[in-house]
Amino acid sequence: MTRTLKRLFMGLVVLFLVAPLVVVAGVSLNAPRKLRFPPEGISLRWYGELFAQADWFHALSNSVAIALAASLVAVSVALPLAVFAWRHNVLFARILFSLGLAPFMLPPVITALGFMVFWVSTGLYGHMLATIVSHGIFLVTLPLVTVSLGLESINRELIEAAETMGADRRTTFLTIVLPLVRPYVFSGFAFAFVLSLNEYIIAYMVAGFTVETLPIKIFNSLRYGYTPIMASVAVFFVAIAALVFGLIARFGDLPRLLGAWSGK
Amino acid sequence: MAGLRLEGLTKRFGEIAAVDHVDLDLPPQKLVCLLGPSGCGKTTLLRLIAGLETATEGRILLDGADLTGVSAHDRDFGMVFQSLALFPHLTVGENIAYALKIRGVDKATRDRRVAELLDLVQLPGVGERRISQLSGGQRQRVAIARALAIDPKLFLLDEPLSALDAKLREKMQVELRLLQQRLAVTTIVVTHDQREAMTMADIVVVMNEGRVLQAGPPLEIYRNPADTFVADFIGISNLIPCEIVEAGTVEVAGHRLALADMPSGLAEERGAATLSVRPEDLHVLPVAQGQADGLRGTVAFIRDLGASVEISLDCAGQELVAVTTPKERPAVSVGDTAGIEIPGDRAVVLRG
Amino acid sequence: MTGARMTLRDGLLPAFPALALVIFFLIPFGIMLTVSFFHRVPEAFYEPAFEFANYARFFSPFFGKILVFSMFVSACAAVLAVVIGFPFTYFLSQMPRRQQIPLIVFLLAVLSLSEVIIGFAWSTLLSRTAGVSNLLVWVGLMERPEAFTPSFTALLLGLCYLGFPYTVLVMYPSLSRLDPELPEAARMLGASPMRSFFTVIVPCLRNTIVGTLILVFVFTLGAYLLPQVLGRPQHWTLSVHITDQAIFQSNLPFAAAMAIFFLLVSLALVGLTLLVGKDTETAA
Repeated sequence: MTRTLKRLFMGLVVLFLVAPLVVVAGVSLNAPRKLRFPPEGISLRWYGELFAQADWFHALSNSVAIALAASLVAVSVALPLAVFAWRHNVLFARILFSLGLAPFMLPPVITALGFMVFWVSTGLYGHMLATIVSHGIFLVTLPLVTVSLGLESINRELIEAAETMGADRRTTFLTIVLPLVRPYVFSGFAFAFVLSLNEYIIAYMVAGFTVETLPIKIFNSLRYGYTPIMASVAVFFVAIAALVFGLIARFGDLPRLLGAWSGK
Repeated sequence: MAGLRLEGLTKRFGEIAAVDHVDLDLPPQKLVCLLGPSGCGKTTLLRLIAGLETATEGRILLDGADLTGVSAHDRDFGMVFQSLALFPHLTVGENIAYALKIRGVDKATRDRRVAELLDLVQLPGVGERRISQLSGGQRQRVAIARALAIDPKLFLLDEPLSALDAKLREKMQVELRLLQQRLAVTTIVVTHDQREAMTMADIVVVMNEGRVLQAGPPLEIYRNPADTFVADFIGISNLIPCEIVEAGTVEVAGHRLALADMPSGLAEERGAATLSVRPEDLHVLPVAQGQADGLRGTVAFIRDLGASVEISLDCAGQELVAVTTPKERPAVSVGDTAGIEIPGDRAVVLRG
Repeated sequence: MTGARMTLRDGLLPAFPALALVIFFLIPFGIMLTVSFFHRVPEAFYEPAFEFANYARFFSPFFGKILVFSMFVSACAAVLAVVIGFPFTYFLSQMPRRQQIPLIVFLLAVLSLSEVIIGFAWSTLLSRTAGVSNLLVWVGLMERPEAFTPSFTALLLGLCYLGFPYTVLVMYPSLSRLDPELPEAARMLGASPMRSFFTVIVPCLRNTIVGTLILVFVFTLGAYLLPQVLGRPQHWTLSVHITDQAIFQSNLPFAAAMAIFFLLVSLALVGLTLLVGKDTETAA
């Protein structure tokens, strides 16, 4: 009885989460240039159009390039910071660590406006570099958190064991620490990549009129006429996110990354 | 006789049978220990009795009434959990009164009962405290008091003392046993510690791989283990390969030994078997005093523990242990050949 | 290695992240703070000044209305998300690990989805041509298909959708660390599953619930696209107006002042969650 109610509740919530995506997936299969559900005729042409239509493909390649570069920035800032904070529990490290967590905790509009006035002042407003650096800093939080979790999971005795065998700090780092946190670095990179791909407000406020990313392109199309391409992009995004997080779950410890008790 | 009766009780998790066709009759007002190594199914069996798990097959009867379909919260049992599971947001008193409150008992009666129970577990006056302010031993007592608040029909304890240090655990075993005898409440305790079981139980149920291997009074199990697993798990035992040559007689390393008693199931069998002898029943003698043709072994190590002396011997490749008192310590030292005597009335022959 | 001697190389280790965060995060906020006191120049960005005019505008009915509405709609969404999300997360954390993973992957995927896509998906779902109204007509509950968007309900649904995966993932750690024997103990003491949920699980995790409510509130307060896609102009929230002032009204000083105000409110609220603290007992 209670079990049935529980299942029903879970099912309804999942339905609420799935319903909009199902409709979007259905709409993306329309044969004519119409947003109909159920679709009128089944066709995959709008997935092809995403690559065939120059303006959509341009937005796609912008998005992917920015996401790759920005996650690289995020990881390169987060990794040394995480290692430093892990080695030295000093006030300076804690402040720096909180600063790394802050961009993601605040409502993105605020951060976006901050970036906007900054790039306006430096004259780089409207450049792709501005988008990349802004995304990189905005997403530092993700690799910072995953790498710190990875470092915390390292048994300190492993490092002491390496030291008794004659490894100096550099060698210990390269031969013990780095191999052990590598999966966490990749997870952080992947989280940052997916979020950069989906990010709208910062990209828009920093270079929205010159560097069009996919979310910006969709939003512009929302104003100037719907096309099923938008639906196919949405499906594409969901698929990428599911793939990336699925891979993290397959090769990493997802519940642990999310803060669940590891010893369960 | 009334009491708890388990009939063909089975619990499968996928392919694995955690509890496998368990039939048991447990008398009322006694303390029963479910004993076995970790993963043997003892906790699952307790949870089945509690109603926290649903049996795949079989029935549980309490005083003749079938418990199948009765929810855990309607069984009126008391349970002490391994983690104790004291509610951190409630005070000690509120924890103990929880079950009474649910049953609609009025405030004055609840307060009186809480005071009574705190006296019973020797923690008077801590009712207002928070759980976080208590020591490990105190929490233990509060968990026991909480489970006893409604005079439960069955008192269940899942490894209740495992979180305590060794000294406190021994003390609590005695206290728990005395408490149970005073209240005469039917009690089932899950433990993996055979010493704990021997200390507290009226009846010990030895389990392995989901099955009950033997159930009975602790000393009987100690004296007459049903198989080699039980012999090995309860106390220390020398398990010596032997051969049954005729009813009542076995041969060990070429020496015949007459047994006072033979398990009925083995009376007709001949061939390879195992002889179980407790270390305190094995006698070691300097060669000069032994029978000329007796069993011999080489003394490998002597562990003098002050209160007792343990002698390890190598007897034709088989390691044997004998325990004796310092007073009766035989005059042998490491490397000596010594005579070994197995009293026929203390050795048990087992299948396999 | 905590408290290990710091070598010169160690001192250099945080130099790059420190520089990056100061230059690209702290300085932008500094500039924003400065700009919030500047004077707006029509047809240009702004000119340096030191005036409180931009802050004075907070006391106008225009700003008051925006603020009250933003808070109201976010609070509604946060309460809804937590009321549904708490039992959902509890049941999720009780499932076997193997079954939890696909659901968590799905929740993460939804969480990472751009607001643009969520807005687009909901506006499609609630539209006349492709939406649920077709289903309702087919079932016979409605005469003819109708669009449910833009409307307040559509906005609220969208914000709930946005905040729900966040809610679940914020509460997941505390709930998955909750001692499973606590609700079992309540059941052995005679509490029905429902009663044990309300007398044991909810009170044990009250700090988590309050903390999550605040965080989800701040999170949905940050939504800037859903009010534009699913709501009418009167449903625009603070976040929308900040972007609107910055980009379309070209009033950066006023946008900056609003952002600073928003920042202070958010920091205060996030600080409050730290004050509320975690339910440490559950991890014991």
